Amino acid sequence: MIFVVPIMQMLILVFAATYDMKRIDLVVVDHDMSENSRHLIAKFDGIPFFHVHHLEQSEKLAEDKLLNDEADAILVFPVDFERNLIRDDEAKVQLLINAIESNSAQLIYSYSANIISDFNKNIIADWKGIPEFTPPTKVEITENYWYNPELDYKWFMAPGILAILVTIIGMFMSGMNLVREKEIGTIEQLNVTPLKKYQFIIGKLVPFWIIGLFDLAFGLTIAWIVFDLPIVGSLFTLFFMAGIYLIGVLGLGLFISTVADTQQQVMFVSFFFMMIFILMGGIFTPVESMPNWAQTIDRLNPIYYFMRVMRMVVLKGSNISDLLRELVSLSILGITFLSLAIWRYRKTA
Amino acid sequence: MEKETIISARNLIKKFGHFTANDNLTFEVKKGEIFGFLGANGAGKTTAIRILCGLSSPTSGEVKVAGFDIYHETEKIKKNIGYMSQKFSLYEDLTISENIKLYAGIYGIGRKQRKVKEAELLQKLELEKVKNKLIGDLPLGWKQKLAFSVAIFHDPKIVFLDEPTGGVDPVTRRKFWDLIYEAAHNGITVFVTTHYMDEAEYCDRVSIMNAGKIEALDTPAKLKEKYKATNMDEVFLKIAR
Repeated sequence: MIFVVPIMQMLILVFAATYDMKRIDLVVVDHDMSENSRHLIAKFDGIPFFHVHHLEQSEKLAEDKLLNDEADAILVFPVDFERNLIRDDEAKVQLLINAIESNSAQLIYSYSANIISDFNKNIIADWKGIPEFTPPTKVEITENYWYNPELDYKWFMAPGILAILVTIIGMFMSGMNLVREKEIGTIEQLNVTPLKKYQFIIGKLVPFWIIGLFDLAFGLTIAWIVFDLPIVGSLFTLFFMAGIYLIGVLGLGLFISTVADTQQQVMFVSFFFMMIFILMGGIFTPVESMPNWAQTIDRLNPIYYFMRVMRMVVLKGSNISDLLRELVSLSILGITFLSLAIWRYRKTA
Repeated sequence: MEKETIISARNLIKKFGHFTANDNLTFEVKKGEIFGFLGANGAGKTTAIRILCGLSSPTSGEVKVAGFDIYHETEKIKKNIGYMSQKFSLYEDLTISENIKLYAGIYGIGRKQRKVKEAELLQKLELEKVKNKLIGDLPLGWKQKLAFSVAIFHDPKIVFLDEPTGGVDPVTRRKFWDLIYEAAHNGITVFVTTHYMDEAEYCDRVSIMNAGKIEALDTPAKLKEKYKATNMDEVFLKIAR
């Protein structure tokens, strides 16, 4: 169980949780039917993930396609598209994008804008001939994406999913284990022994700490084999930070279970923390774009730091000195959660 | 010669909200005694035993166990006592050997000594063949005997037994009491709660609780004389009404 579940999670989530647009359905309404409009349509058609279809003659029909989700965007050419282009050197097209998912909408927009600006350059060259007059000086951007040159979304997700996985295993297992002893009564037998509180909590922590690190190693291997994930940084740094991180997570899990009486309560409370931690941790949405108050709360979120560590070490090859802030924060959180667990554990009711 | 006192409680009171579970308990247990703590269900036996073991703190009263104060020296008390709760509480998903190893480790018993004692224990209980079996697979009677043996594995001064023979057949109960006698013979003070009145006859002294109060405390023989009864059952019925 401890191994099958993580593999499934890795394989399903990393493939599924992607923002890459693999297919954009574009409906074109061409009222102009000119050479230039066909030219631009052909340009869209030339991009593999644009599926240009249904050349509807009316906007109404095209909108229906948008409504029933058969189309992601509509491109409308007005009647005088070519005439305006030739006479005024300027013509307008209309682009209607389904923006239910704002991320996808922005992607469609920027893809389209690129295609159209490319089209512009071409007609200037076609019509005006090679520099009739000196072209205006322009600064051009050439992109070079560092650390993830092909912008492979799986590389971005895999370390994040791994961080979540280690967290879930750590928090649920440690929490459930302790409270289960309360339910079946074995904890009483321990409570009448001279066992020290810290000994008890450490004894509960160590096995899950080892399992957590083992699962991390296991998950990394899978990611490396299946997604070709490059592991640029040192494994020592990664596991060192993961070790500190896990102390915090396990400490929190144990703390919750010292307060709770039943496994249901632990599930409920752990789930609450997990949801907040994961959604605010920066796996899906960048923390930098959250409101300030949310970023302040995130200082207490161990997943936030660990997510950064995972991505920075795996993809960028950052070392401990680059991660000092994370190291210090994770250590403080770890010591705090662990101390809370030891403090709250009661041998005497 | 008067034997030394090993447990003493004076005006012990335990309240849960408005409910008084233990109402002004005063008693003493002498070293090496088998002390029976009798009462109907809900009379407050378990509450009292949990307080004496340090699992629960009293609302008020003066209590000393093995010479240590119950409020401030619970950890010292815990080194000197063994406890067997009415709920079986060894690890069912560990084997007999593993459970012994765990508790020997907690009480700081060395490897060599543990091996010797473990062999002795397994032989006595005739469990040698199943020592590597999970405890969960054993019949209840065996589990109880094993739980008792583990509770006294570290040679405590006192062992607290909370209804140790609940749900066990008469033959096994008789055998269980043989183990108790043996422990008492070895100098371990036995504090046992029960609601089987035949077991009360086996005790050196018994106290009978009713609704949180101790109604009677003496040897079984003297109690029978006092209440003009032929057995403990009648004594109990007269007191509890």
